Amino acid sequence: MTREELQAAITNLEPQVTFEEAGEFLNAVVPSELCRDLMQALHNMPDLSMDYMFCLTCVDWKTHLTMVYHLESTAHGHQVVIKSQLNRENPEIETLSDIWRTAELLEREVFDLFGVRFIHHPDLRRLLLTDEWEGWPMRKDYEDPINMIKL
Amino acid sequence: MEFSLASIADSIDQWLNAHCASWLALTIEFVIVGVLCIGLFAVLGLVLIMMERKVSAYMQLRLGPNRVGPKGMFQTVADTLKLLVKEGLTPAGADKFLFNLAPFVVMIASMLVLAPIAFAKDFVIWDVNIGVLYVSAVSSIGVIGILMAGWASNNKYSLLGAMRSGAQIVSYELSAGLSILTIVIFSQDMSISSIINSQQDGWWIFKGHIPVIISFVIFIIAVTAETNRAPFDLAEAESELTAGFHTEYSGMKFALFFLAEYVNIFIVCAIGATLYLGGWMPLHIGNWEAFNHIMDYIPSSVWFLGKTFFLIFVIMWFRWTFPRLRIDQLLNLEWKYLLPISMFNLLLATLVAIQGWYF
Amino acid sequence: MLQEVAKTDTGDLVINVGPQHPSTHGVLHLVITLNGETIKKVEPHLGYIHRSIEKMCESLSYRQFIYSTSRMDYLSAHINNHGCALAVEKGLQIEVPQRAQVIRVLMDELTRLASHQLWWGALAMDVGAITPFFHAFRERELINDIMEETCGARLTMNYMVPGGVMFDLHPDFQKKVKDFLTLFKSKLPEYDELVTGNIIFQNRMKNVGYISKEDAISYGCSGPTARASGVSCDIRKKYPYDIYAQLQFSEAIETAGDCWGRYLVRMEEMRQSISIIEQLIDNIPEGDFVAKTKAVLKLPKGEFFTRVETARGELGIYIVSEGGLTPYRIKFRSPGFSNLSALDHMAKGQKIGDLVAIMGTLDLVIPDIDR
Repeated sequence: MTREELQAAITNLEPQVTFEEAGEFLNAVVPSELCRDLMQALHNMPDLSMDYMFCLTCVDWKTHLTMVYHLESTAHGHQVVIKSQLNRENPEIETLSDIWRTAELLEREVFDLFGVRFIHHPDLRRLLLTDEWEGWPMRKDYEDPINMIKL
Repeated sequence: MEFSLASIADSIDQWLNAHCASWLALTIEFVIVGVLCIGLFAVLGLVLIMMERKVSAYMQLRLGPNRVGPKGMFQTVADTLKLLVKEGLTPAGADKFLFNLAPFVVMIASMLVLAPIAFAKDFVIWDVNIGVLYVSAVSSIGVIGILMAGWASNNKYSLLGAMRSGAQIVSYELSAGLSILTIVIFSQDMSISSIINSQQDGWWIFKGHIPVIISFVIFIIAVTAETNRAPFDLAEAESELTAGFHTEYSGMKFALFFLAEYVNIFIVCAIGATLYLGGWMPLHIGNWEAFNHIMDYIPSSVWFLGKTFFLIFVIMWFRWTFPRLRIDQLLNLEWKYLLPISMFNLLLATLVAIQGWYF
Repeated sequence: MLQEVAKTDTGDLVINVGPQHPSTHGVLHLVITLNGETIKKVEPHLGYIHRSIEKMCESLSYRQFIYSTSRMDYLSAHINNHGCALAVEKGLQIEVPQRAQVIRVLMDELTRLASHQLWWGALAMDVGAITPFFHAFRERELINDIMEETCGARLTMNYMVPGGVMFDLHPDFQKKVKDFLTLFKSKLPEYDELVTGNIIFQNRMKNVGYISKEDAISYGCSGPTARASGVSCDIRKKYPYDIYAQLQFSEAIETAGDCWGRYLVRMEEMRQSISIIEQLIDNIPEGDFVAKTKAVLKLPKGEFFTRVETARGELGIYIVSEGGLTPYRIKFRSPGFSNLSALDHMAKGQKIGDLVAIMGTLDLVIPDIDR
């Protein structure tokens, strides 16, 4: 599916989606509360069948957090990037771990480093850091006077 | 008088009986035998560990130990000294009595099996008339020590290792026993010395042909499993259970387990050499008188040790070339393959023996 | 501990495998729930070697951050560096000279060979055969020597720079690589004889750790792990970078989905790597080994994603740039992390010995998982 067809298909699924022009992939920005429904449709629609999530991450933009999902269809070979903006004070989004099993650990990593809470995640705990760790290290305003070296 | 271990033993016995009361002579002989056994243990441990390290080094493109002493020959002595001075830790949650007892149970079990083994012509500690029965009975005491060690360590790895070891030794005991029975059928006696004497005109592996060869192969597989050696080293399985039943042991208590493993290898190989390869009997071929005479010149103890060490080498060869089996595959091998084959082989051996179809 | 088990009353045994354990190849910590010898659940606890490379990269320049990735998957250090260099080149639209591209691919494939050799030895050791490990290291040592001559290091080579490679090849490079290939091709049958053909080894591998094609995709598996389940996911074929598009090689795919399939895929990949090196070693074009670039690199505002095929699978490098001297955000999509997430699925219902074999065939490198 070409970029334009993908864009049309996603708009058809969810009219509230906006698109970013730049970048090598098609970037679709979706409101966080609609994210899961769109993802479910992207995964299940036979002519989209985005069955391979090759990246899941979060970016801290200081004013808000953005969840970034990189999806690919192994059958059709097209890729799409879905973004979803989250409130920085209380970041919450529905989990995708039941759609793509790889998301379970990746979401735990994002929770660990950015503090995004994934609703209905089966086992949302710190993954890399110790359980008693304070703060969310990958956020831009995180300060650790002992362990962080500023260049 | 011809030089042999038996004549030395006889002369000591005569000298003692001539110079002191018979009860005292017997006591002194007990002590001598005990000291010799312990000495043999220590020497065997050192030699076999050295051999293992050199064999593995050869197979693994390495040199092996080569720093302590000539060609590294004293490496194992140095290792033993290190183990002697190391602290023997007992874990806090362990059952202290059983934990400390276990290495000795394992050790004593393997020491007891030495009794009926003929090291040379007429050189046996105790030529009991049910020799092979004694060996299979006493050698299974060792598993109690292993279970004890695994349970008392209060460590889950140890427990798993001990349970595996229990399942494994109890099952492989059957095949080993059945393959020993094959030889008992042919030689019509259970005493080690008469089994050896029945091989005067040829070793059983040649005389008994097909059934004995089958039972020999099964015997080697079964004893490799019984001594917890790779590819059947599931009780230790260092990549799965770190060290299995002796995970928590250190210092000399660990060394006792280690030593018992090597002595057990020696014992089962000695039994194998006795039953199948004629023990201390030299290699005789039919009517080649000259050849047979040359063979007779080699001392009987050399024959015995040569055959035993050949079998030990074979078992080491297994260890350094085979991957490990999984626990269910291990039990499948025994219960679905080796045991039925041994049973049919026993019937075959009986048929061959009754019909006299052996040489 | 035994008392605790009695209290839970389910008969389950909970065992910590790691962080110090002989077969986790590093500091992986698995909490496994056992019923007897059968595994009911495997739960990875990560982070023992987490250095937050992503955060560190946010304060490193575009020339510097490449080298912190050598410390992720240290067995495919070249390929990690290659991926990062490609990402920067994509952002700056640098044309890489033909010679540099060939050198990069050569180095990548040598790295892949070295990595698979180590995997082969370590897998054999995991299933209980210690000797193959030494045989594997005999040949791996030669690759390390070749690397050392050209790059100056044996493990974390730091050879790739944006626009090419750091130095030209050592004059002996071609001869040494050819000698190595001749030797290694004569040794590969020995590998097969020692391990592949062994009936115990085959029984330990077959029908163990099965993962279906759908599950492999859903768990985000990549590299040999996914290809053993029949997923065509070789980035070198799907999204060729540098000169991979011009090379003749086939993607190793099996459909078994078990440990044996993963074993065969990696063995076949070694043969394919040999063939790639053979195609290139006599055809290294003359020219510059690095493109002229500015001293200070600044990526334009935007997002850049590159994907490369490491020895373990697909490495994704996601750079978010704000136009500054350093990346605003970097995410490394590491292959080991996703492959590890499938471990619980693969190991469920298998024996402890199988867990070790599965971990061996997944070829986990812990710094790659923790980053």
